[in-house]
Amino acid sequence: MGNILTAEQKELVEMVRNFAIKEVKPHVKELDESGEFPMELLKPAFEMGLHCLEIPEEYGGAGLDYQTTAAVFEELAKVDAGYAISLVTTFVALRSVIMAGNEAQKKLFADMIIPGAFASFCLTEPNSGSDASSMRASAVKDGDEYIINATKCFVTNGGVADVFVVFASTDKSKGVKGISAFIVERSRPGIVVGKHENKMGLRLSNTTDVAFVDVRVPADHLLGKEGTGFTTAMNTLNVSRAFVGTLAVGICQAAIDEAVKYAIERIQFKKPIGQFQAVQMILADMEIQTEAARQLVHHAMILMDDNKPVVKEGSITKAFCGDTVVKVTTDAVQIFGGYGVSKEYPVEKLMRDSKVFQIFEGTNQIQRIVIAKEMLK
Amino acid sequence: MDILVCVKQVPDTAEIKIDPVTNTLIRAGVPSIVNPFDKNALEAAVQLKEAHGGSVTVISMGPDQAKAALKECLSVGADKAVLISDRLFGGSDTLATSYILATAIKKLGKFDLVLCGKQAIDGDTGQVGPEIAEHLGIAQLTFIAKIEVSGEKITVQREHDEGYEVIEAKLPVVCTVIKSINEPRYANIKSKMAANKAVIEVITAADLPEIDLTKIGLKGSPTKVKKTFTPPRKESGIRIQEGTGRESALKFIEKLVVAKLLNRGC
Ligand SMILES: Cc1cc2nc3c(=O)[nH]c(=O)nc-3n(C[C@H](O)[C@H](O)[C@H](O)COP(=O)(O)OP(=O)(O)OC[C@H]3O[C@@H](n4cnc5c(N)ncnc54)[C@H](O)[C@@H]3O)c2cc1C
Ligand SMILES: Cc1cc2nc3c(=O)[nH]c(=O)nc-3n(C[C@H](O)[C@H](O)[C@H](O)COP(=O)(O)OP(=O)(O)OC[C@H]3O[C@@H](n4cnc5c(N)ncnc54)[C@H](O)[C@@H]3O)c2cc1C
Repeated sequence: MGNILTAEQKELVEMVRNFAIKEVKPHVKELDESGEFPMELLKPAFEMGLHCLEIPEEYGGAGLDYQTTAAVFEELAKVDAGYAISLVTTFVALRSVIMAGNEAQKKLFADMIIPGAFASFCLTEPNSGSDASSMRASAVKDGDEYIINATKCFVTNGGVADVFVVFASTDKSKGVKGISAFIVERSRPGIVVGKHENKMGLRLSNTTDVAFVDVRVPADHLLGKEGTGFTTAMNTLNVSRAFVGTLAVGICQAAIDEAVKYAIERIQFKKPIGQFQAVQMILADMEIQTEAARQLVHHAMILMDDNKPVVKEGSITKAFCGDTVVKVTTDAVQIFGGYGVSKEYPVEKLMRDSKVFQIFEGTNQIQRIVIAKEMLK
Repeated sequence: MDILVCVKQVPDTAEIKIDPVTNTLIRAGVPSIVNPFDKNALEAAVQLKEAHGGSVTVISMGPDQAKAALKECLSVGADKAVLISDRLFGGSDTLATSYILATAIKKLGKFDLVLCGKQAIDGDTGQVGPEIAEHLGIAQLTFIAKIEVSGEKITVQREHDEGYEVIEAKLPVVCTVIKSINEPRYANIKSKMAANKAVIEVITAADLPEIDLTKIGLKGSPTKVKKTFTPPRKESGIRIQEGTGRESALKFIEKLVVAKLLNRGC
């Protein structure tokens, strides 16, 4: 993304790169193996303010534009996408509040996050994944409170978040139009964190079930009006999809960097393997696809900074980046030959990290449905 | 307490390449950084400010591009940054540099503490800090690994090969600090963006009317560099420190035996 950034943006990106390489990278291999949440490594990220990049300045955040934020997160993802997603997910929750919340709610949320905390976005349920509108979660009004009952799964940051944005139905008879969104602080009684998923990739990120059992929240924790929750969720995901693309591009770049290095070092038939055209073609395709993915991300960010809708562009970006990262990391493993599948070498991890990018934030099948719907409408 | 920190912009030696033909450093295109020890000095200053209140001012003598170094300092906790810059200052050796810096410090106000790095990674003399103290007529504490302040009193750990000394002094003083004093913080994204926008004040020779022009620049620099070389490394000895004196003695004998300086039989 070098050429499309201003000098000031480049400086921020470089600062984050230096930090990630010096402070995070040395621990990634061990944490990938243990699947442990790197809380200690995330504390310096809080000190740098990486958790409040997108929080508007009037609420005490850095108020960065989407383009710069994306460039910063590509750098973090180059070092570890799971580390990056812990921070990115906080913004997913934040965006729901920024889009649908009132002043008091934005302030409430920002005040919890700014000192250094995580947030979660709780949409998916065991029986409601792609078909998010079929959720069973309920929120019943009781005086000036709501009582929430929900079992959410695959909640990124579930075990570490101080605050959740929870989607639940306030009127089952209305279907999608009955879904509402709530801010729920971790401190409220009745929140039970379930098991942490032992995942194939993104192992530095925390993914858990979270059950809400008769959790009472004040009525002013409802985001927007009753029944607007599903729209809030979809609007949030529209913006978040391009960000997921950013992380995928970061992983692609890491795979390319490793593959190029190896192609220069590895000698077979008395030549560095990078001298064989068959290997060069693979490398060139990795570069073409990654650069195309990066430009899609950048274009979506420009549109978003301009407050333009990105329903189709977000889905195009997410689907393309998700497919690309799986392809590019698989190719990197190919270039490493047998060493590619060895845990002693860095690329098998990238391949493991890549797969989920075709799945979360809406599977790539669902993205294609969204794209086609936009085309045919 | 009001603290002043002297920082020098230096080439990033990690990036310096040697010209294979002339055997000299290729400086062109090498990125500039804040002298690493000066980052430690700044971090120490910011920590003292956080503990005791007050302000941190950073100054640097150098060309206009040294503003980048000063902005970096602003992003990690300095309150004010001033560039000392004038063609008349060019060619200054350490004596002239420290004279100019000291004159600028006097002009900027009264400071309880002046902090420097132990040395600059390019010039490497380690002279500027102590010389500033002499020009200001105040005490100097060098190679400092720990600073505590209470009221008018400063207590420091001064490192040397054999261990450290604990020294007390009355403020104001000049301290030069070593790497182990702290781990400099990363800039915060917000402070970084604010620092980028900051306007850096510049002090020129004209702003220092009392400066003696015969003591600055090439003419004011008595140093003549005859030859530069790397001195041979001092061989470090062995330290034996076991649980008890007896164990230490046995270990010592053992080493003498292994070195064939002693026969086990005798
Ligand atoms: C690591 C990780 C982190 C996650 N983080 C979060 C989070 O923070 N918050 C959150 O709410 N959720 C999160 N999720 C959940 C994620 O968004 C869902 O897994 C995803 O939306 C898919 O839902 P599902 O797993 O139930 O799959 P299903 O919906 O059961 O899909 C199974 C398969 O069927 C296909 N399919 C389903 N419907 C259709 C259709 N109509 N047409 C064609 N194909 C279809 C899908 O594409 C997929 O291939 C996370 C998931 C993972 C793995
Ligand atoms: C004859 C001669 C001519 C020279 N001509 C030039 C020249 O034209 N241009 C040039 O750039 N250099 C020139 N130099 C080098 C210059 O004198 C030294 O770089 C400078 O005096 C600092 O010395 P040092 O690098 O050894 O710093 P040290 O004494 O090792 O530095 C110790 C500490 O002093 C402080 N400090 C040092 N320098 C500065 C500074 N400039 N601003 C703020 N704080 C500082 C820092 O806190 C630093 O950690 C010349 C040197 C000589 C001998």
